[in-house]
Amino acid sequence: MSAETLTAPNTTPTGVLLRVLGIVSAICGLIIVGSYEVTLPAVNANRRLALERAVFKVVPTAKSIVEYYALPAGGIEPAKSGGGDAPAGVAKFYAAYDDAGKLTGIAAEAGAKGYADTVRIMFGYESECQCIKGIGVVSMKETPGIGDKILTDKEFLANFKSLDVKLKEDLQGLANEVKTVKHGTKTNPWQIDAIAGATVTSRAVGKGINDAAQFLLPKLAPNLEKLKVKS
Amino acid sequence: MSAQGSVSTSTPPRNMQEFMEGIWERNPVFVMVLGMCPTMAVTVSAINSISMGLATTFVLAASCWLVSVMRHMIPKEVRIATYIVIIATFVTVVEYAIQAISLELSEALGAYIELIVANCLVLGRAEAHAAKNPPLASTLNATGMGLGFTVGLTMIGGVREILGNGTLLGISLFGSNFQPWVVMVLPPGGFFVMGGWLLLFAIYRARKDRGDTGLTAQGASHGA
Repeated sequence: MSAETLTAPNTTPTGVLLRVLGIVSAICGLIIVGSYEVTLPAVNANRRLALERAVFKVVPTAKSIVEYYALPAGGIEPAKSGGGDAPAGVAKFYAAYDDAGKLTGIAAEAGAKGYADTVRIMFGYESECQCIKGIGVVSMKETPGIGDKILTDKEFLANFKSLDVKLKEDLQGLANEVKTVKHGTKTNPWQIDAIAGATVTSRAVGKGINDAAQFLLPKLAPNLEKLKVKS
Repeated sequence: MSAQGSVSTSTPPRNMQEFMEGIWERNPVFVMVLGMCPTMAVTVSAINSISMGLATTFVLAASCWLVSVMRHMIPKEVRIATYIVIIATFVTVVEYAIQAISLELSEALGAYIELIVANCLVLGRAEAHAAKNPPLASTLNATGMGLGFTVGLTMIGGVREILGNGTLLGISLFGSNFQPWVVMVLPPGGFFVMGGWLLLFAIYRARKDRGDTGLTAQGASHGA
């Protein structure tokens, strides 16, 4: 960029280059590790808070939560503390308890491809009615003013006052697939009435819930007794 | 960037000048038009713009300081690699800091925090200024540039938030009857608002050049 770079290079010995790069990398490494260590407690506390807020939104009666893994072979186990991502093929869910330590609901994440990117939602499941009682968005990049109506559209949210996710007799899957239908054509409690003009996002919500419920609920059903009281 | 060759040797009032350069005379957004990627992408609201601007300011100031401190040590064959490593380090620090402050903010800014590494404003400052000037002058200049960037982003983000959402810093301005201009918070809105501001500055500059006062004619010519 200046005249000096245009003149013939008077080469620096390789050893010097290596040494300088080594020193710079070492300094930078120290700075990164230092700031990671310093911020880690605050970051984890924030994650925990954000998670609790998301769960409490879909299970409003909850006062505390416990994380569990639903294993692909069936069965559940408490999640390792300290958070982090669940191992592959394992679904994470959150058992929500009230003040007395009684189970008031189950929350889990669901995701499906929306218009712009994966729409990740959190849904609250209630075992008594075998239905979904509320949803919240974890993250999405849907078009503002169109796709993000899934958060605000009252008619759409009414779908999740009591969305039927009953299991089949043999507990191997849902009795009725959760399905998003065209706006105004909902006839059954397991259908989701799409938002007119935001069909793609509405469908993503339906597909996400269906996929997650098909996987999670059959594993959950035989183990529900274990969850009833906070461990 | 070739116009920056005329940096003179340091005298006491120069520090102030170093600092002010980025804020007005060579504002990174409106005069140098650098770092357009975050400028268009994250300016959907004033708070996003301010956070992005301050994050960039920190990266600029810290990396220019370190580059300036090490400027005699770094061989010119590996200078770009060294600068990028230094910049990437401070970007990582800023990313951790933002996650520690607020996860929502970190979510809203998304990948654009990491992409500060690729903001040509940062590497440009390291190469064109910090590598040739003592630490104090470089840090001041970088801070000024960063604040200028913040001001630029906020001016765009503020307008986009007011028109596209009817709010400023989350406070509702027009009540519930306001129909938001959704296009303003979509990608085209960034270009509209940026274009609008550039037009305003161009008109202002043309007026000044015609000789209303003649006071800032020299400063205004920088933008040509």
